[in-house]
Amino acid sequence: MVESVTADHTVLLMFIIVGAIFVPLTLTASHLLAPSKHDERKLDTYECGSEPIGPPWVQFRVGYYVYALLFVVFDIETVFLYPWAVAFDRMVVFVLAEMIVFIAILAGGLAYAWKEGALRWR
Amino acid sequence: MTLLWGFLWGVAAVATIAGGAILGVWWERKVSARIQMRYGPQQIGPFGSLQMIADVPKLLFKEDIVPALADKAIFKYAPLFVFGPVAVSMVVIPFTAGWAPLDTSVGVLFFLAVPSIEVIAILLSSWASHNTLSTLGGLRATAQMISYEVPRSLAVLAIVLLAGSLRPLDVVAAWRWWWMPLTFVAFVIYFIASIAEMNRGPFDIPEAESELVAGYFADYSGMRWASFMMAEYGAMIAASLFGAALFFGGGWPFGGALGVVVLVVKAVLIMTAIMWVKWTFPRLRQDQLMSFCWKVLTPLALVQLVVIGVVLAWL
Repeated sequence: MVESVTADHTVLLMFIIVGAIFVPLTLTASHLLAPSKHDERKLDTYECGSEPIGPPWVQFRVGYYVYALLFVVFDIETVFLYPWAVAFDRMVVFVLAEMIVFIAILAGGLAYAWKEGALRWR
Repeated sequence: MTLLWGFLWGVAAVATIAGGAILGVWWERKVSARIQMRYGPQQIGPFGSLQMIADVPKLLFKEDIVPALADKAIFKYAPLFVFGPVAVSMVVIPFTAGWAPLDTSVGVLFFLAVPSIEVIAILLSSWASHNTLSTLGGLRATAQMISYEVPRSLAVLAIVLLAGSLRPLDVVAAWRWWWMPLTFVAFVIYFIASIAEMNRGPFDIPEAESELVAGYFADYSGMRWASFMMAEYGAMIAASLFGAALFFGGGWPFGGALGVVVLVVKAVLIMTAIMWVKWTFPRLRQDQLMSFCWKVLTPLALVQLVVIGVVLAWL
């Protein structure tokens, strides 16, 4: 099951190149075709017709950081589970027990975050 | 030779996404119209199908507006990174038994990781717009997209566990029909989390028309706006194809060219279900959205994983 990841990645490279140039291509086409009559009103920030009050670049609340932290923790733990899932067919019972312990820790972390109110949107 | 080969497949993938997005818009208009007991587009061409061709020049002829207060460089270039990752993620989809554009042993992980780059692009474009509505939408989209990433990868993990491989072609080859009932919960979690990942209804609070106008792309117009739209439909196509390949056996029971057709049919069914959900359920509130992810989907995905582990050990 252990194999190298160095397959032929030319196809991937070409996908990246094509994916990267497609939008600039359409933008160029649009630039050539579309009208460009700018005036002051048109370049205003859109806020349903009224003048925007105050800058939008403000401090945002801490709740978003809490979710970001939760995400980092859980995403890394999920990534740790992937090699385990691939190697599952060897040493089944031992690996299963290990996994249940690991998931229990994960679930414990979730329960703790839940109890501390980190999952409550305020 | 491989260079030309790869280039052609890259062009084909982008054409699939762009064409698929246009087709998807038409299909969504038809589906949503039927759900609301209307006819939808029917004037131009048979069943209004030429409407989608009329849409492209319309978008090309729209003026490209960069607001005066926006951070111009980021505002202009962030949409590139919204579309690119979705197109690149198509590279690992196993279109038929034994054939994917890129056959790599980390394909499943690649598919989960690469489209996530979109989050950064969305946050950048929303922040660069210098618009209160956009900033709010971008923050909400970020919180939502990173949160639903967790149950989504856990749901896919269930299939990886059964197949014992991260290579999409191996997963499709190892797929058995009895996986369907076993991974049903995982598929539902994947389905819901994918909808949330692409910010579609009922999880479209970051771009809710009634309160945020269009959220993170409120200030975009013309082709820049279209790139967000193409990314959304492209993500829907990619997620449907990948879901059909992993959870429903790809081209099973056929191989070769017929397998591709079967995969596409399965993907279109999943896509139609995604549209059906959007046009049936009301939008979720932000707190419901986050608690649904962390308090329902994530624990459920963990339970599903343990159940499959126990079943596998017992077999």
